[in-house]
Amino acid sequence: MTEHAYLIGLLPLLSFVMIVFALRWKEKIASGFSIACILTGWVMSVTVLIEQLSSHSTPYEWFYKFINFPGFNLEIGIFIDPLTAVMLVVVTTVGSCVQIYSLGYMKDDPRFSRFYAYLSLFLFSMLGLILANNYFMIFIFWELVGLTSYLLIGFWFEKRSAALACKKAFITTRIGDLGFLIGLFLIGTYCHTFNYGDVFSQAASGIIPLGVLTAIGIFIFAGAVGKSAQFPLHVWLPDAMEGPTTVSALIHAATMVAAGVYLVARSMSLFVWSPEASMVVAIIGIVTSVMAATIALVQIDIKRILAYSTVSQLGYMIMALGLYGYDTSQGHHSAGYVAGTLHLMTHAFFKGLLFLGAGSVIHGVHTNDIRDMGGLYGKMKVTAVTFMIASLSIAGIFPLSGFWSKDEIVATTLHHPIFLFLTLLVAFMTAFYMWRLCFMTFFGEPRDQHRYDHAHESPKVMTYPLLFLAILSVFAGWVAIPWLPHGFSSFVYHGEIHHASPSWALMIISLTVALSGIGLAYLMYYKKSISYEAIGQRFRPLYNLFYNKYYFDELYQSILINPIMAIARFMWTFDAKIIDGFVNLVGWFTIVWADIKMLFDAYIIDGAVNGAGWIVRQAGHLLRFTQSGKAQTYALSIGAIAVLFAISKYEIIYLTVGWPTLTALFVTALLLLKLATRYFSADKQMSGSKTQED
Amino acid sequence: MESQILTLVTFFPLVGIVLIMLAPKDRPDTVKGVALLVSFVTMLLSFWLYSMFDKVANGMQFELNVPWITSFGINYHVGIDGISLLMIVLTAILTVLSILASWNSITERVKGYFISMLLLQIGMIGVFCALDLFMFYIFWEVMLIPMYFIIGIWGGARRVYAAIKFVLFTMFGSLLMLVAILYVVSAYHGFANEYSFDILKLATMPIAYKPQLLLFGAFALAFAIKVPLFPFHTWLPDAHVEAPTAGSVILAGVLLKMGTYGFLRICIPMFPQATITYLPYICVLALIAIIYGALVAMVQRDVKSLVAFSSVSHMGFVMLGIFALNLQGVEGAVLQMINHGVSTGALFLLVGMIYERRHTRLISELGGIVKVMPVFATLFMIVTLSSIGLPLTNGFVGEFLILIGTFKANMTYGVIATSGVILSACYMLWMYQRVIFGKITNPENEKLIDLDWREKGILIPLVVLIFWIGIYPKPFLDRIEPAVRSLLTQTNMVREDIGEPAFTVETDGSLSGMTAEDVNLNSKGEVHE
Repeated sequence: MTEHAYLIGLLPLLSFVMIVFALRWKEKIASGFSIACILTGWVMSVTVLIEQLSSHSTPYEWFYKFINFPGFNLEIGIFIDPLTAVMLVVVTTVGSCVQIYSLGYMKDDPRFSRFYAYLSLFLFSMLGLILANNYFMIFIFWELVGLTSYLLIGFWFEKRSAALACKKAFITTRIGDLGFLIGLFLIGTYCHTFNYGDVFSQAASGIIPLGVLTAIGIFIFAGAVGKSAQFPLHVWLPDAMEGPTTVSALIHAATMVAAGVYLVARSMSLFVWSPEASMVVAIIGIVTSVMAATIALVQIDIKRILAYSTVSQLGYMIMALGLYGYDTSQGHHSAGYVAGTLHLMTHAFFKGLLFLGAGSVIHGVHTNDIRDMGGLYGKMKVTAVTFMIASLSIAGIFPLSGFWSKDEIVATTLHHPIFLFLTLLVAFMTAFYMWRLCFMTFFGEPRDQHRYDHAHESPKVMTYPLLFLAILSVFAGWVAIPWLPHGFSSFVYHGEIHHASPSWALMIISLTVALSGIGLAYLMYYKKSISYEAIGQRFRPLYNLFYNKYYFDELYQSILINPIMAIARFMWTFDAKIIDGFVNLVGWFTIVWADIKMLFDAYIIDGAVNGAGWIVRQAGHLLRFTQSGKAQTYALSIGAIAVLFAISKYEIIYLTVGWPTLTALFVTALLLLKLATRYFSADKQMSGSKTQED
Repeated sequence: MESQILTLVTFFPLVGIVLIMLAPKDRPDTVKGVALLVSFVTMLLSFWLYSMFDKVANGMQFELNVPWITSFGINYHVGIDGISLLMIVLTAILTVLSILASWNSITERVKGYFISMLLLQIGMIGVFCALDLFMFYIFWEVMLIPMYFIIGIWGGARRVYAAIKFVLFTMFGSLLMLVAILYVVSAYHGFANEYSFDILKLATMPIAYKPQLLLFGAFALAFAIKVPLFPFHTWLPDAHVEAPTAGSVILAGVLLKMGTYGFLRICIPMFPQATITYLPYICVLALIAIIYGALVAMVQRDVKSLVAFSSVSHMGFVMLGIFALNLQGVEGAVLQMINHGVSTGALFLLVGMIYERRHTRLISELGGIVKVMPVFATLFMIVTLSSIGLPLTNGFVGEFLILIGTFKANMTYGVIATSGVILSACYMLWMYQRVIFGKITNPENEKLIDLDWREKGILIPLVVLIFWIGIYPKPFLDRIEPAVRSLLTQTNMVREDIGEPAFTVETDGSLSGMTAEDVNLNSKGEVHE
């Protein structure tokens, strides 16, 4: 079956294509086909897991050179090792439960078929991400799960909040993906291949400089920070709760957000060479974990409590993996790899269950606000019981799944006192906020009588998946019971098998911490012997800080989004006023210059031409008098000219000048006088004729 | 036949022009029909060209070289390589779609409009075929006139301003180009004692360093205006906003590519040394264009000018890829030229469809469209994602190749350019959310009718291309690769072992290690073979 594992990924794609092109209008068949596909995938995944178990974890790889890009090959391939097999089972299990559950939850939605199409597309992308054998392919599927997450968060796009949330999720995770992409380019530039095995062997052989390796590690981790909602890119996940609750269960609790953890685990062979990169991973993990847990303490929206809980638990896994990388790079043994992957599995089951349970509650009471709930235990027994099983599991109560995986995580931190302390603190807070949620939802007096009266248990199609997941929440962790000869740690491991010796003391400590968390919640929210209002009053600033999620959204708004928008607006003004202003100025100058040239043309050049004509014409007028045709005028002229000649001769001789200037002036004056009289008389004639016309 | 086919593809639209001229004025449907038919046949011819193209062969194919004005060495010289081939096919496809898109929106002066469209097509295909600078210049100018009319007559409210701005900007550049062409030709006369405008011949001539700088500058300015590279881009938003839908599609889809095509065909092969000198400046301008275009796009209120500014950003990517000067970068750039034509063309078509219904393109006037136009919303989503560069769409392949090429050339440039990818997601998705999602707030949007068959028919070919290039770009890359290889080896810039598929960082065109020796320059700054 292992060699046909690609079918596990292709079945949901088939379902997507079928629904989009053929089954869109037949809702029942569409959902049925989709569920059949994922159930087949589940059976196949379990088979693959069994084969991996029986073949003693021999990895299987198959690939096909799809396209020769210049400088590198794009391979399509699958890679199956125990980690892949476990992830396949987790994704198909939760995927099947969610699809069946959605039959009831989404029953009356007008876009029912589309919902199944999107879910199928998501499962295809997620399974592809797990099966990929190289970084290029994992990136492609990585982006595709981001897209389907976008589509599903915005599934109810009429809600403005949903439309905003899906955009926020996509863009925030894409900031992380940017890091992943840069990491990818670094791998391409230094390793000349994207294939996992080749990259890891090059890292091990020391060809890649350590600094580059650290950079690759940190950049790839940036992708994980985005997808797994780690600090500082965690802000999208709580908002993503705007999507249908089933989507939250599948994508934003069990599978997609775990993809970041998977990526770090998959790249562990890079991190073990770089203590710096590993330490960054571990610190981000624990910081996220503590921060998210404190926020979860005071939230009032049932889904948001679970969302912050998810962020916190993912931080746990990331921290465990980071510590593993660090310890290994220092030559120490560590249980971190096993702990991280084990918790990934158990968390998927109990957190998926919690979300589906929350969906069932919301389905019953039509509100997300836990202050409006209370006393629902009697109304919805199956939901309440399964929800509490999951809560016990996440709190880490013996002998449920969560106990074993959390115990492994605590064991990882043994040599790092600060981490140990914070891990236990988170464990305490987790137990507290989960049971605060349980007590406020299912016990006590109903606080909203109207909602309570209309509350009802969900149909069987919704409760059966709850029961199935509850079983897994109890037993799935048993594979890692330390006394088991061939347990989880000898199946999913990195490097060489390392059996951690069970530590009674540690188990007792973590159990005590969990129980005291539950106990405190019991006293505050069930017995009411400790007033939570009083505590909230006393630590008002801290309460506000937690309640407002450390003001991250406001912070990003004011230091990131607003400045960028201001810069963008400035650029736009700059573009319109300065650059285009310059262009228009050049245009304007050209026009003005053309105007000036036109004036020059009209008055100077054309003026010269017209002036020449005018002079000729006027001269003609003057000379006209000499050509009157009257003999006496001619005689007079001859006489006058003779006199003028005489006078000028006289002037030249007696005034001893070379040119008869005075005579010339006199003649000119006479001519002008004549001209002037002609002009004025012409004027009179003109105006006279004008008045006549009028 | 083989040597005539390019001429046939180029000038076949003339048949349509003549027929439309003969058609009576009061029969607009006949005119449209003729235009559609002729452009469709031209598209089929271009497909035929594609199928006959030998993807293994190096050098120009379907070459035809006939003396024209012999005393100046001007020839009718046409021929194509893989780059021009794909651009011709893209042009042919987009012309058909543009004519279909104008079916209902053009009601006045129908004859003139479709004649302009076909004339434009002749000019565009001619530029991609031309191997003679004289012909290149003529076709370059031939494109300008019909586009001027299309914007100036059938455009929006400020159409005259936009049309004149467009023409003046382009003319300014092309005049400098003309001067440079004449200089190169006369220099060639001094070198080989004969006149020639042949692009391939001229590229073999060594030119001294200083004239190279001036000549590169003149050509580069003409091409940069066309791309448009920051800060020569301001004609673009005006032209796009005012142009009719088909005008925008052709403008963004093909005309902008003329600029980058010019860099590939003329600037880099002819002036290799100047290329190296100018390279950092052009790269920085390209980076500015990427970030700047994206930021300005973010605050636009008009969908069309948002898309116009996104073009500035995307074309910045193309320029960056070209000037990475390695196989990945240039191949990615050529592919991205096609991608931008497809995606941005589709975006303009989509915006046009909304505009025909609502007579507004303001984002604030829209919203909640998905409720009334689900098919439109779906197609819009696909095109948006392709523009963002999501994997499995065409945008991803091009951007990925460009970025990996840039990374090899210069890490810093690579990191900055990669951050542009985020910004494109921001403005596109924000726009999509405001236009498509949410509740319908404007009652006028409630009565919108979803796309009809004609409109679906326009968009579906583009969507097919989006996925085809996104999933299986091999046929396109195979045809681009020999051309790019010969471009890079011809300019001695790549010393890559041709037979080796793997990265060889040390030996290929990584810019950091590029010195004068790499381009075989001696101290006088002359290229010796």
